[in-house]
Amino acid sequence: MEFWRVPLDADTIQVSLGIVHILEDRCKGCGYCIEYCPKQALEFSANFNQKGYHPPVVIKPEECVNCHYCEIICPEFAIFSVESPQTTKPGQSETNHAI
Amino acid sequence: MEEIPTPSKEQPHHPLDDLIRTDRIPHIWCPGCGIGTVFSACLAALKASGINLQKTVMVSGIGCSGRAAGYVKLDSFHTTHGRAIPFATGLKLANPELNIVVFSGDGDLFAIGGNHFIHAARRNMDITVICVNNLNYGMTGGQVAATTPYLAKSTTTPAGNPETPFNLPLMAYACGATYVARWTMLHIRDLTDSITEALCKKGFSFIEALSPCPVNYGRRNKQKPLDMLKLYQEKAIIKNDADPATLDIDFEKGIILGKFIDLDRPTFIENYDKIYRPSRLQENVPELNS
Repeated sequence: MEFWRVPLDADTIQVSLGIVHILEDRCKGCGYCIEYCPKQALEFSANFNQKGYHPPVVIKPEECVNCHYCEIICPEFAIFSVESPQTTKPGQSETNHAI
Repeated sequence: MEEIPTPSKEQPHHPLDDLIRTDRIPHIWCPGCGIGTVFSACLAALKASGINLQKTVMVSGIGCSGRAAGYVKLDSFHTTHGRAIPFATGLKLANPELNIVVFSGDGDLFAIGGNHFIHAARRNMDITVICVNNLNYGMTGGQVAATTPYLAKSTTTPAGNPETPFNLPLMAYACGATYVARWTMLHIRDLTDSITEALCKKGFSFIEALSPCPVNYGRRNKQKPLDMLKLYQEKAIIKNDADPATLDIDFEKGIILGKFIDLDRPTFIENYDKIYRPSRLQENVPELNS
């Protein structure tokens, strides 16, 4: 996320980190998860799945904040995220982008 | 930056896998169809509501959304065309302990099944009705439906629909529904919360979920699936407690979403028991009060 001003408490906010799991053979390539990922962490894969669709692929795994939006918008039960045991250091990913 | 753990090699399980018949997945719905999303919102709501899923039944009618009953791993009924609500009414009356969810489409619930909807709402049957509104008869090839917007193109109205569509929330309210809400498949969190609330609420609850039909409605109206979602995003006006008379679907002036009606009225079973089974009420049979 880009800020025009770094929030004053940016260094105290712990950003959660998610791991995206993709069940490729369920995907029908609608692209909703890719379009609506708030962090643009997904992209169409160059590979085909069994049905001949291009499933999504995670291009920026470190950006996922485990918001679950891909999971709930997917009509195919084909993508979900789980919380990573690691969390980013307070404010780390935010301040990097703001500058 | 610390290294991100890579996903394990074994096939992970989707959080809703315990509520779907995974052997039937991938389902029949077309790429970009919103029914899957509304269905998964419904399953998430079933989980979140905390109701006893062993005593929950999903009933669907005929049509694309009618397939939902075959994908849910609960007791479910795939009924005849338009008759989802009569089946649900029968289930509820025979066993008042059950939680009944009717999951069906606009054609099934409001065209062939319109009368059943009216009378179930009038009686205030204690069921939750989720209507996936994709604005046309999708399964049969995209014919004009009772919900197709004015001037929208369909197989049978190639120059534009000359009819005025139903205003579903107004109809539900006028018939006596005690909970009425409308969301789109893009407003999933609101939709899930709304379904959760409706499941926990006594009385006839009605939720309309707008959903794209890219293959039939979208193709004839020059809308790609993502265009349809963008339209929902741009044209949505969230206005809780809006006057139901203003809720007609007109993408030019914007579609009003929100929770419109939330009131309490004695249900059919309560009224029936008061008059015909007063002794059972005095005995305080637990299932009658649930």
